[in-house]
Amino acid sequence: MAPAQLTPYGNGNTIKQMRTPRVLLITVVICIAFLAQAFAGDWKKIKVATEGAYPPWNYYDKSGKLVGFDIELAKNLCGRMNIECEIVTQKWRGIIKGLNQGQYDAIMAAMSITEPRKKLVTFSRSYADTPNIFVVRKDNPLASFRSPLEHLTLDDISPAEQAALDALINALKGKVIGVQVATINQKFADAYLGEHAEIRIYDFQHTVDLELYQGRLDALVGGMAYWVPIIKSEQGKEYTIIGPQMTGGPFGSGIGVAVRKKNQDLADMFSTAIDAALRDGTIKKLAIEWFTFDTSAPQ
Amino acid sequence: MDIQVIIDNLPLYLQGLRTTIVLVISSLLVGLCLAIPIALLAASKNKWASALPKAYIYFFRGTPLLVQMFMIYHGMGQFEAVRASFLWVIFQEAWACALVAFALNTAGYTGEILRGTIEQTPYGEVEAAKSCGMSNAQIYRRIILPSTFRRALPAYGNEVIFMLHGSSLAGLITIVDLFGAAKIVNARNFVPFESFIAAGLFYLAITFMIVWGFKKAEHHWHAYLRPRES
Repeated sequence: MAPAQLTPYGNGNTIKQMRTPRVLLITVVICIAFLAQAFAGDWKKIKVATEGAYPPWNYYDKSGKLVGFDIELAKNLCGRMNIECEIVTQKWRGIIKGLNQGQYDAIMAAMSITEPRKKLVTFSRSYADTPNIFVVRKDNPLASFRSPLEHLTLDDISPAEQAALDALINALKGKVIGVQVATINQKFADAYLGEHAEIRIYDFQHTVDLELYQGRLDALVGGMAYWVPIIKSEQGKEYTIIGPQMTGGPFGSGIGVAVRKKNQDLADMFSTAIDAALRDGTIKKLAIEWFTFDTSAPQ
Repeated sequence: MDIQVIIDNLPLYLQGLRTTIVLVISSLLVGLCLAIPIALLAASKNKWASALPKAYIYFFRGTPLLVQMFMIYHGMGQFEAVRASFLWVIFQEAWACALVAFALNTAGYTGEILRGTIEQTPYGEVEAAKSCGMSNAQIYRRIILPSTFRRALPAYGNEVIFMLHGSSLAGLITIVDLFGAAKIVNARNFVPFESFIAAGLFYLAITFMIVWGFKKAEHHWHAYLRPRES
């Protein structure tokens, strides 16, 4: 009885036994192929992530096309580096995690170079440097606030700067202030205003703007390159910029391209390309085109 | 696991817990008060009387709570007329917007629960009341409504838990409820797992109390349904 039973089922077993290692082999090959692509040292083709929700840096225009300063500059830098770049969009919260998980190879999304972020990623040199400011509605009492100083650098604070900072904190006491999550603005608001004012944190910059417009926020902390073009336009006639132009400290040291920690070579390639773009005035030209003023980082 | 972050932020979580509880209880109270007339009208045999409450129930059960809340919170502020009127005093506050959205939503669901139980009142009970010479109002007050509330208990317990969990949406419109607190802790410390599991444990604890409370309530009001203990 035993051999009769073996014949039909025996064949099936041999096929099964052969199939398992083959499937395993194919899986391993595919995995290695992907890994090799993700960790390749010589860069031919990379994916650059941007947020796509932060005009004029990177956003979708009315026809649904991804445009902005970051996009134009990314194309320009990739041309200089002789790399084929694909630009993808990723929600701001989680954009660093996506980079480190290998979903893309670089981030160009108006990301400021800050100490906490340097623990997670490597930055190229800065390609832009823009101060941050407070924005209020013109009908808010805060609109009449005048800072004793025009510029405020938050590292090595001088007595005059301390006085300006105190005046600012005093004016904002008990007010409701909005910031986008995980931005330098949130870092600044938490550190300097957290004990004096109510800080509200939003996922998107445009929600912060909407809340300010509807009067639920007294003020917001925002990037100057983002706000100056808005305020100059018809859309921004209700808003005004107050307070000093703030840099340094939690605001970091300029805006750079972020890559994975182990890809120092890619960061260096970006830095060289940015140097060249700063020298020949490409970045200045793009900045004036998109921001209406020059945001070039110092060479 | 970075438990220290959670311990450091415990006051924020407790503040969130308080907000969640206050928000859920007030929405449930307002919602229940709205649900009773809605259910009575929806259970009416008069087509004209039941049309509007039925449409209300259909609308609030047919659209997501998130959509309703965003329509009230972001949508209302869009209209200059609303912002200029006394209504803005209410709608300017995120808290009031959430309360309105939650109360209207739970009124829809609770209304439907009550409508179903009202319609399923055993006809014998109503006939008995009629034969005792009770008026319509008396029948509702003495027979139908008390029996409805009793029989609706388990389904309503479910609705209370749904409302608790639905209330986490308030964290999306700047309210520091349990979920809002978790979002802030995450935003400041970049520890999503720890921040959200902590909020989850608080929700679990509240749900446990709700379940326990409804069990006690059912034990009390369903006593007549239990087999007699010897």
